[in-house]
Amino acid sequence: MLDVKNLHAGIDGKEILHGLDLHVGTGEVHAIMGPNGSGKSTLANVLAGRPRFEVTAGTVTFEGKDLLSMAPEDRAREGLFLAMQYPVEIPGVNNIYFLKAALNAIRKNRGEEELDAMEFLQLAREKMKLVDLDESFMNRGVNEGFSGGEKKRNEIFQMAVLDPKLAVLDETDSGLDIDALKIVANGVNTLRSEKHSVLVITHYQRLLKYLVPDYVHVLADGRIVKSGGKELAEELERRGYEWIEQEVAAAR
Amino acid sequence: MTTAVQSDLREQAAQRFAQLGWPTPELEEWKFTNLAPIERIEWRADDGAARASQKTGVVSLRGQALAELVFSNGRFVDAAGAAPGLEILPISQAASHPMFDRHYARYADYQRHALTALNTANAQDGAFIVVRDGATLDGFIHLLFIGAGDAIWSHPRNLIVVGRGAQVAVVETFYGDGNYFTNAVTEIVAGESSVVDHYRIERESIDAFHVGTVQIHQERASHVTSRHIALGGGLVRNEVNVALAGEGANLTLDGLFVLADSQHIDNHTVIDHVKPHCDSLELYKGILDDKSRGIFDGLIIVRPDAQKTNSRQVNRNLLLSETAIIDSKPTLEIQNDDVKCSHGSTIGQLDEEAMFYLRARGISESEARSLLIYAFASEIVDRMKIDAVKENIRAAMFRRIPKGLPERRSATR
Ligand SMILES: Nc1ncnc2c1ncn2[C@@H]1O[C@H](COP(=O)(O)OP(=O)(O)OP(=O)(O)O)[C@@H](O)[C@H]1O
Ligand SMILES: [Mg+2]
Repeated sequence: MLDVKNLHAGIDGKEILHGLDLHVGTGEVHAIMGPNGSGKSTLANVLAGRPRFEVTAGTVTFEGKDLLSMAPEDRAREGLFLAMQYPVEIPGVNNIYFLKAALNAIRKNRGEEELDAMEFLQLAREKMKLVDLDESFMNRGVNEGFSGGEKKRNEIFQMAVLDPKLAVLDETDSGLDIDALKIVANGVNTLRSEKHSVLVITHYQRLLKYLVPDYVHVLADGRIVKSGGKELAEELERRGYEWIEQEVAAAR
Repeated sequence: MTTAVQSDLREQAAQRFAQLGWPTPELEEWKFTNLAPIERIEWRADDGAARASQKTGVVSLRGQALAELVFSNGRFVDAAGAAPGLEILPISQAASHPMFDRHYARYADYQRHALTALNTANAQDGAFIVVRDGATLDGFIHLLFIGAGDAIWSHPRNLIVVGRGAQVAVVETFYGDGNYFTNAVTEIVAGESSVVDHYRIERESIDAFHVGTVQIHQERASHVTSRHIALGGGLVRNEVNVALAGEGANLTLDGLFVLADSQHIDNHTVIDHVKPHCDSLELYKGILDDKSRGIFDGLIIVRPDAQKTNSRQVNRNLLLSETAIIDSKPTLEIQNDDVKCSHGSTIGQLDEEAMFYLRARGISESEARSLLIYAFASEIVDRMKIDAVKENIRAAMFRRIPKGLPERRSATR
């Protein structure tokens, strides 16, 4: 599904990722954990193609295609989805109109028929239930006036509607109460299947209780420094990151 | 229009124009706009031959409007519709109406404004509307002015008198094809406690010149909303002058100007708080692309007697290119202490974060751009009350936004 090799990337001339390798297979759930400022969001943004982030070396292939040469919209159309750490408010752009336009652009790329307004509404209603978002949110501006938790749920709602092959969730669990956390995990678990992969960036083991990962990676100082199974997350929760940093230092 | 009063007035106005001459940028009120390109052309009135080829279908709102009057190069061509409490007729046939002498040319000041003098001297036709006291019109009136041909000028002249406690919505649309010049004057008298919803939609040909003057006179406790949408025209000057001349009057003045290519649109507004306890709320939004130039020059005057004035003036602009220019000059002139007034202006670009968010969901760059541009305009468009007008503006804006091009129509006449 996703193959990241020796990725060097940064912003404004400052390198943040210093040779990152990551392989996500089809149907797998990977968690990335790591200290603040280690480059987790940078990785997510580079994958999604955010302008201003520059890739200086390395390759990323997604479903066999060169991801880095694609425009952000083409990455989305190929099936990549990024649930952002800080979803932006866009007053004046209607939430539901926007999502319908997005879905139809993606469907068109897949060679599927565009959905008409009725079909789309039906789908949207179904997915809103899944994330327990009230229908009144549909007719507001994108994220306009949404609370922190509502923004996160809106990201998961969009993900559920767009049905991506690979969903990258950048701290979607931060700022969520325990019920919302379950809802988000439930949304992701619904997507999870042998065809869909998920990359979860998180600081907390608590999400991983509901959303059990196949692999856990530690990102520190712009590299994946340790990988393991779900027990690694538990160990990190208990012991913090320091021991890993010492391990890494010792190995150098 | 050939009563004695009329021909006197015409003559006086013509003389006044001869004295004033074309305004030049040396005048403070004209410092951003030079009419020399208009002055240079040898204009003639339409003698009927060059009449617009009745391409009114695209912009006509017949069927949706209560009543519609259509003018071609300033000459009356067509009328439809009627409603109880409403008198609507070509102004060329209104000279004997008792309201005519009482109000005609009493508000738009041809002594001071050269282009109003030019209009008063040369007006051929326009709409004369009287809404009787207490009449509540359920629907809107549409005045459609089509321009066509080269080197043809027209001077549409409208007078709208809204009776005490009456309620009305009037839409003026300017549309056309060619290198013509429209110099329109509209006088609106909002009677005591009346409610007026006024729309002025300027979608002239990109090769056309347009000068518009709207003069609004508000009496006690009247509520006026006046919306000014400017999308077309190569060189455009839109003046709105409002006198809050009765206690407790309330004005909402909305503007939206969307420019591309080398369009030049100058919005000049004066809100004159003459009497106490009046509110005015002004919001003008500009969207500028390419090498276009936009101007917002807004003045709010609060007279010594106008205590408890409440006034807010805002101009916001979205610049889409590095070569577009906006001059924003919101001005307050307060001659009394007991007021609440604020004003301000902003200039910004498209929000990069929002662009990325939309694109990251699969929306193309050009569509994301149009969505955000439209979102900026939606504050003005969404609060319009007439769906047909909203839809027309939306369509006109969407048609031009993706490529950033103004409405270009083929020159087939
Ligand atoms: N626009 C920017 N300009 C300069 N430095 C930046 C910019 N954006 C991010 N950085 C820096 O890059 C580093 C990595 O940031 P990133 O957001 O990827 O960290 P993170 O692992 O997601 O952290 P957190 O857990 O706090 O979300 C940080 O040191 C940050 O300050
Ligand atoms: Mg982060």
